[in-house]
Amino acid sequence: MTTHDQDSHLFETLHHDRPAGAFTPVDAYGASVDEDTGDAPVFTVSGGDWNDLVDEATALHEERIVVNMGPQHPSTHGVLRLILELDGETVTEARAGIGYLHTGIEKNMEYRTWVQGVTFCTRMDYLTPMMNEAAFCLSVERLLGITDSIPERASIIRVMMMELTRVNSHLVALGTGGLELGATTVMTVGFRERERILRVFEAITGLRMNNSYIRPGGVAQDVPHGAVDMVREVVDELRDGLHELELLLNENPLLRGRTVGVGYLDLTGCISLGVTGPVLRATGLPHDLRKSSPYCGYETYDFEVVTRTGCDAYDRLRIRIDEMYESLKIVLQALDRLQRTEGQPVMVEDKKIAWPAQLAIGGDGMGNSLDHIREIMGTSMESLIHHFKLVTEGFRVPPGQAYVPVESAKGELGCHLVSDGGTRPYRAHFRDPSFNNLQSVAAMCEGGQVADVIVAVASIDPVMGGVDR
Amino acid sequence: MSTLLALTETASVVAASTDNPRADFRDTPLWLSAVKALLVFVYLLISTLLVIWFERRVIGRMQQRPGPNRNGPFGLLQTLADGMKSMLKEDVRPKAADAFVFTLAPLITATMCFVAFSIIPLAGDVWMFGHRTPFQLTDTPVAVLLVLAIAGVGIYGVVLAGWSSGSTYPLMGGLRSSAQMISYEIAMGLSLVAVFLYAGSMSTSQIVGAQRDLWFIIPAFFSFFVYVITMVGETNRLPFDLAEGEGELTGGFHTEYGSMRFAMFFLGEYINMFTVAALATTMFLGGWQAPPGIAAVNDGMFNEGWWGLLWFTVKLWMFMFVFVWLRGSLPRVRYDQFMRFGWKFLIPATLAWVVLVAVFRAGQNGWLGGGVDVAGRRFPVVSLFLVGAIAVLALVGGWLWDRRAEAKEAAAHPAVPDDVDPYAGGHPVPPLPGQRLREPSLTAPALPAGSDTKEATRG
Repeated sequence: MTTHDQDSHLFETLHHDRPAGAFTPVDAYGASVDEDTGDAPVFTVSGGDWNDLVDEATALHEERIVVNMGPQHPSTHGVLRLILELDGETVTEARAGIGYLHTGIEKNMEYRTWVQGVTFCTRMDYLTPMMNEAAFCLSVERLLGITDSIPERASIIRVMMMELTRVNSHLVALGTGGLELGATTVMTVGFRERERILRVFEAITGLRMNNSYIRPGGVAQDVPHGAVDMVREVVDELRDGLHELELLLNENPLLRGRTVGVGYLDLTGCISLGVTGPVLRATGLPHDLRKSSPYCGYETYDFEVVTRTGCDAYDRLRIRIDEMYESLKIVLQALDRLQRTEGQPVMVEDKKIAWPAQLAIGGDGMGNSLDHIREIMGTSMESLIHHFKLVTEGFRVPPGQAYVPVESAKGELGCHLVSDGGTRPYRAHFRDPSFNNLQSVAAMCEGGQVADVIVAVASIDPVMGGVDR
Repeated sequence: MSTLLALTETASVVAASTDNPRADFRDTPLWLSAVKALLVFVYLLISTLLVIWFERRVIGRMQQRPGPNRNGPFGLLQTLADGMKSMLKEDVRPKAADAFVFTLAPLITATMCFVAFSIIPLAGDVWMFGHRTPFQLTDTPVAVLLVLAIAGVGIYGVVLAGWSSGSTYPLMGGLRSSAQMISYEIAMGLSLVAVFLYAGSMSTSQIVGAQRDLWFIIPAFFSFFVYVITMVGETNRLPFDLAEGEGELTGGFHTEYGSMRFAMFFLGEYINMFTVAALATTMFLGGWQAPPGIAAVNDGMFNEGWWGLLWFTVKLWMFMFVFVWLRGSLPRVRYDQFMRFGWKFLIPATLAWVVLVAVFRAGQNGWLGGGVDVAGRRFPVVSLFLVGAIAVLALVGGWLWDRRAEAKEAAAHPAVPDDVDPYAGGHPVPPLPGQRLREPSLTAPALPAGSDTKEATRG
């Protein structure tokens, strides 16, 4: 880390062997002079060779080990890299290295239509696809100014799908967390229950993950016949499965020994690091966007915000379990409303925004409905032109910007969109909760044991797809 | 070195034929010993093949999945296929590894585990090729100590593997397992002392013989409890598999191992499971003797000869099931918790228990004064007094324990104070439900001045 002056000095020393005047340094990265920054310190974050770091560490002749945990490690949730400095079994310093799963989703969105953006952002945090889609679509809808004209049935479906996604995400969090502690049965139970939810997703959206189901203006299609009964059945099964998980986890003395008091982060720590979700609620603060700034009609549902006061990994685990029960409560209420609103539209009425085709199951799988194809190919030229324009070029969004946060399973998931009036976003940015929550790794892990690092990271439940985007 | 000494000692003791071991090897020529050695070896290898399949199938059932079911009937040949695969795999040795020790370590583990089985009586006297011989390779007056000694040598395999790999995770795994096994061997040895006191011998055949009327699991129940815990710790199995600790140390001491070298560790681990389970069977569950009901059938018809092998195997596999069951239901403990449990609970408690058993035995032998008649049986006064004292102590201890647990629980979840200074922690926080914000104090704790610069110098 160097200030601006030192930096330019360094730059000069790097090139002192070149003939003077023959070389004009081109500052490709804009790291040197910039009028805007003035005297403010400029930080240059540079990579380095791992061996250099190790050499530096060994040169100090201290009894310490620097361990590179990840990005290839069974317990770092994908490709998280943890750089740990150990003194025996104690972690004296922990830093998280991210970026190994960077996919350029936000940048790519700038080159695709608003509707196609859904297909990108659903892949960010791949355990909460519905929340990603909802955040994006709510943001687009706010830019379009059609937030109030979204059909009720579409919002109900969104809520139901989001709550099932929350259960899905929490089940994976508990399952993988258990697996990292060596409790393989917790993992199989968690994934078994998750499978039920994925089956529901497949029945409703056609895909198990990466659904692109929630679209600007509504949802891609109405729930199929029998879906309500299917979800009702699944909710009952999920309750049994959750009970089984509770029996395995809640009062298990070994698990309590591993998690109680581990990964401690109090309210001040959470607020100063911008940590949200179950980690924040484990400090006792009932912060839940579904209550504090409701969207999709959450204010009309009856549910509790679960809080505990232990600030540790155990309480986060318990909060996740209790939240799943609350989510199932919401799903049941949504199902009642779905039955009441049978036959109502699921896409905004404005034909300039609504996707022209509805999907249908044909002999060769799911695709555009045959009726629609017959209309555009055989009867109405205008329909064909309309379809073509809307699907290839997309609709235009008035200039402006919008930020809409939703309560994802992991915390506040916000989508900030900037439009210049075109058919594509000028800029899309997501505040992914995993990214912010991951910043607390150092605060949670330092001073603990190596084994506690695993527990702390598992209790944060980061998904690298969301962190790196 | 210690094994060599132990082995020569064994040989000399067998030759001298002291009267301590009950097993009678007079009608056992040397070639028959070789045959028995081969039989034990094959028995162990087949058991290992089966137990790996058994573990995967049983844990599969516990987790609503089928487990291996493709190779051979019910997937029985799965382990064989895995073994063949490891043998044919490319042999990789890391550059930083110490070549000789890296190869030596798995050899130590894989060979030592077989040695301990030589003193386990698999059955009573059997007829073999016209000779009447006990179905155990050998026996010595200190046979059980031999098992502990060999287990101690077996640890070298793990420690050396961790050290010679030349990388961090294996080193930590090796260190952990050396500390773990050494401390748990103390508790294990202490738990067996009670059995020695009851049996009056350390010879395995003598110990089995002493359990003809009553299996030692009943009088030495606490020893059994401790032994079962230490046996899981000794074999590096969940919930005590810290040396491997996949979640933390990727593979622990065998992270850098592959192909046949890894397979040898694998083999060693499973045979070690059989060894400790066989010792538990011999020490506490009457060894090869038939279960109480069956032992009485037709004047002990099922309690002699080759039948012993059946009962022994059944008891052995009960322990195998427990191993699998534990793995199916428990998470791993943390290293410091595990060591604390070993040193602060198991070892002192077992020591106290051994003293207690010694006093009981002395009382039974009438060395500590007279006794009283209760319900037709004579009990020493000392024993009755001790039982009463322990009952009172247990009650008081339980009450104190509850009090402490409650206090701990209360300390972990302090009551939310009514009003709160939002700046108390150095960063403003919102009030919790039911809290009022106090005027922010102007003397909020400032962050240490050096912290910013220190942070800024880090890459």
